[in-house]
Amino acid sequence: MSNNELAVEVTDLTVAYKDKPVLWDIDVAVPSGILMAVVGPNGAGKTTMIKAILGLVKSAAGQVLIYGQPYSKQRHLVGYVPQRGSVDWDFPTNVLDVVMMGRYGRLGWVKRPGKAEREAALDALQKVGMADFSERQISQLSGGQQQRVFLARALVQDASVYFMDEPFQGVDAKTERAIIGILQELRSSGKTVIVVHHDLQTVPEYFDWVTLLNVRRIAGGPVKEVFNDENLRLAYGGRVAFKGQPEHAV
Amino acid sequence: MNIAEVLHNLLFDYTLRTVALGAGILGIVSGALGCFAMLRRQSLLGDSVSHTALPGIAVAFLLTGTKSPVMMILGAAVAGWLGTYAVIQIVRRSRIKTDTALGLILSVFFGFGLVLLTYIQKLPNSRQAGLEKFLFGQASALLVEDVITMGILGGIVILTLFFFWKEFKLLSFDPDFLEILGFPVRWIESLLTLILVIAIVIGLQTVGVVLMSAMVVAPAAAARQWTDRLSLMVVLAALFGAISGIAGAVISSLTAHLPTGPTIVLCISAIVIISITLAPNRGLFWKWLRQLNDRRRLALEAVLLDLYELSRQHADPQHPHSVETIRTMSFHTARVDKSLEILEEKNLARRIPGEYWAITDMGRAEAEKSIQNMERRT
Repeated sequence: MSNNELAVEVTDLTVAYKDKPVLWDIDVAVPSGILMAVVGPNGAGKTTMIKAILGLVKSAAGQVLIYGQPYSKQRHLVGYVPQRGSVDWDFPTNVLDVVMMGRYGRLGWVKRPGKAEREAALDALQKVGMADFSERQISQLSGGQQQRVFLARALVQDASVYFMDEPFQGVDAKTERAIIGILQELRSSGKTVIVVHHDLQTVPEYFDWVTLLNVRRIAGGPVKEVFNDENLRLAYGGRVAFKGQPEHAV
Repeated sequence: MNIAEVLHNLLFDYTLRTVALGAGILGIVSGALGCFAMLRRQSLLGDSVSHTALPGIAVAFLLTGTKSPVMMILGAAVAGWLGTYAVIQIVRRSRIKTDTALGLILSVFFGFGLVLLTYIQKLPNSRQAGLEKFLFGQASALLVEDVITMGILGGIVILTLFFFWKEFKLLSFDPDFLEILGFPVRWIESLLTLILVIAIVIGLQTVGVVLMSAMVVAPAAAARQWTDRLSLMVVLAALFGAISGIAGAVISSLTAHLPTGPTIVLCISAIVIISITLAPNRGLFWKWLRQLNDRRRLALEAVLLDLYELSRQHADPQHPHSVETIRTMSFHTARVDKSLEILEEKNLARRIPGEYWAITDMGRAEAEKSIQNMERRT
């Protein structure tokens, strides 16, 4: 897949709860092989945008193409890391089992995960530095470990485009560096990674593309070109004084 | 009656054998399916399905004029499924939350079922007798025909669970991810709800609509206490369900006027109580024991640190202090005397006649060590 190709192309995406628009007429074009942050204040619709692209939230209008084809035909190319808090971590299962769930799509109906799936899962756990935790009950994991388990589960999906919803939420600095390392590795191997992100300060360091969102798409493109004071002010209102010391949107 | 006789009856007494078999099947099926209801936080759905099934049973009788198990179960299943569908639609299309919708549908359907039942009882027709057994269950009236129907339907339920195990597991843990992987979540959800409805309606004649939800919730709740593995949890819940079904059938057969349904529920309740208190790790008794140990250890450490603190205020580290002084310092006043005695046994503190105490050299070393540990932790 060439670099000029669009990994994700969203046009006119609109989502409304009751009669209030949550996302309004969003156009996003994501070139293949980049690492993109989605930023915006609370309630800007960052999570909703990802969920609407992936069909987890019903959209009122809009079209989503993944590598030029409708999303419904390209599901196998998409990997997903949901927010950590979206599942019950007291569910009776262990780390290896959760990671193997990333292979269920390839397995198809009825078939059970076997040796190949096990090896893929152990491999992914190795990559995220959780190899020693494969037999651990998921209820005994820390926040950062939970996040890495979800990342490993997405890795075994072996997708081309990854959508990640706040993968740095509640993790310590060391885990954050480990995770960004993995994301950059994915990009180097030609994958496209789209990340809902909260910390404006790390955007220039971590990402090469950015989309600024506040119900509408404020700006999007290479970080160097669009991540500037003017666009940040447009996205966050008066809440961001200047780029160096942003008031964190918590 | 001794155990040998009970076993003999279980195998050779026609009535008891039939009842025990039926109750066992119902226990296995509702126990296994109850795990998924519980993990998906839909335990109350069992209550709703069983209650909403009642008008279905009455209507099935009014339409067909028979009480054949297939007709009764079909009527119950259709009504139970309709009720569930209504709950889902209410939640989806209005601002009413699930618990309210469940309560609403449950009482409306159940009330309607009671009205129909009263109407049927007043009909000038002798065949209507016995429909009220669905209220509280009447296992003793089970026929081989009923048990065969239960067995076939239960078998279908268990086989479905076996085949779609991985899909049901992911649906319960992370339905969004199941959707991402390209599985039709609505279909899988409907299939799981359908077999849950079947699991519930095949038990109605034995346990009754009022108590059937216990057979969905209780075995799963008990099994969760013993294991952190879904497969083992499902097997254990099925086992607990079967044991209480058979035990309930036997116990009520030994005693006159003891209804089977409530006895089965009492048996599973006993298993739940034992599981909640005594299961390793999750059991309340062990938690309480661990807390007690922690509290003792902390009290001991607190008293030792108080003694150490006091000793530092004097040139002579062996300076004796009265119990009263230590008591006013300590947070755990009630355990000061006991803790001092334990410290003495460990040679960390020394008793001086007249209710006075001093720290020993070993005690000082121990106190310094725990202070260092605390600092390292913060």
